[in-house]
Amino acid sequence: MEVNLIEPFWLAVIGTSLFAFLLKILGYSVPKKWLSNPRVLKINSLIPIALLSALVAVQSFTQDSRIVADQRMAGVGVAVLALILRAPFPVVVLSAAATSAALFHIG
Amino acid sequence: MALPRRGYLGQNAPVSRVNRATAAQSLSVSLTVGAYGIAFGAASVAAGFSVLQSCLLSLLTFTGASQFAVVGVLGAGGSALSGIATASLLGVRNTLYGLRMAPVLQVRGLKKIVAAQLTIDESTGVALSQEHLGQREARQGFWLTGIGVYIFWNIFTLAGALGAQAMGNPAAWGLDAAVPAAFLGLLWPRLTNKSERLLAVAACALALAMTPYFVPGFPIIATSILAVIFGLRARIWK
Repeated sequence: MEVNLIEPFWLAVIGTSLFAFLLKILGYSVPKKWLSNPRVLKINSLIPIALLSALVAVQSFTQDSRIVADQRMAGVGVAVLALILRAPFPVVVLSAAATSAALFHIG
Repeated sequence: MALPRRGYLGQNAPVSRVNRATAAQSLSVSLTVGAYGIAFGAASVAAGFSVLQSCLLSLLTFTGASQFAVVGVLGAGGSALSGIATASLLGVRNTLYGLRMAPVLQVRGLKKIVAAQLTIDESTGVALSQEHLGQREARQGFWLTGIGVYIFWNIFTLAGALGAQAMGNPAAWGLDAAVPAAFLGLLWPRLTNKSERLLAVAACALALAMTPYFVPGFPIIATSILAVIFGLRARIWK
């Protein structure tokens, strides 16, 4: 099988995997004091919150670099409701999917 | 709880003796994470990755948030570089987990490479939760959870990818909303105080405000600046 490295999806798979492993092995290889700065630890704990929030917003409300409100918004709204009601993860995902799919077929 | 501390005996204890509570917690965590594996496999195929590429991401990258991020960015039209950068920013915490686990696991050579690959939220989390029972239980928690999640995450990724491939148009099945809902499910438990909730809202607003003016993927990476600002501000306040 020919793997063309210029193809963005293959590049993403290989690049992401390579950096993910390098970041993991780094923790076992560097002296602890290098990364134990409390400011670094605090910022590191906040980065996933910022990035995941941005991803949720972009995936829910944009299409081809435009802001749009469609069936996804209703689906994610139902997911928020499910999370507020402390529903388990599969219920959150399935309720969002069902809502969005229903509106897709009606609209 | 009046549990005996066995930490200092652990080093020489027979490997075959697995603490039952540790094994039970490892298994339950491994199975729960499987649900995310289905969501990832489906999200990955919906974003345009092949079934093979989706499975390779789970086998090789093996860190959920980074995997969701890279397929999210490319699915939204972002470049491979934006995807890799976003995923890698999310993977930095595994470095810190490794720092924490290194003295507990005491691994070298091939075992160090395997331990590194298995160093994720769940394996580190279970290991730390077992530390009050002893270092041996912490090690067992790490290995059992790491291997358990690895097996289930990969099986469920394949199932999700094949399922999504058979579905056709992702929107007809609500997959376009299921993906952000899955992210939200990952994110929600992390929002434990007002400052973190404010950061989440600010990141949503900044990413949406930037979307019409920048290449796809960049607005997401840009919100890491907010994490830096909030991190520094929290230090001033406390």
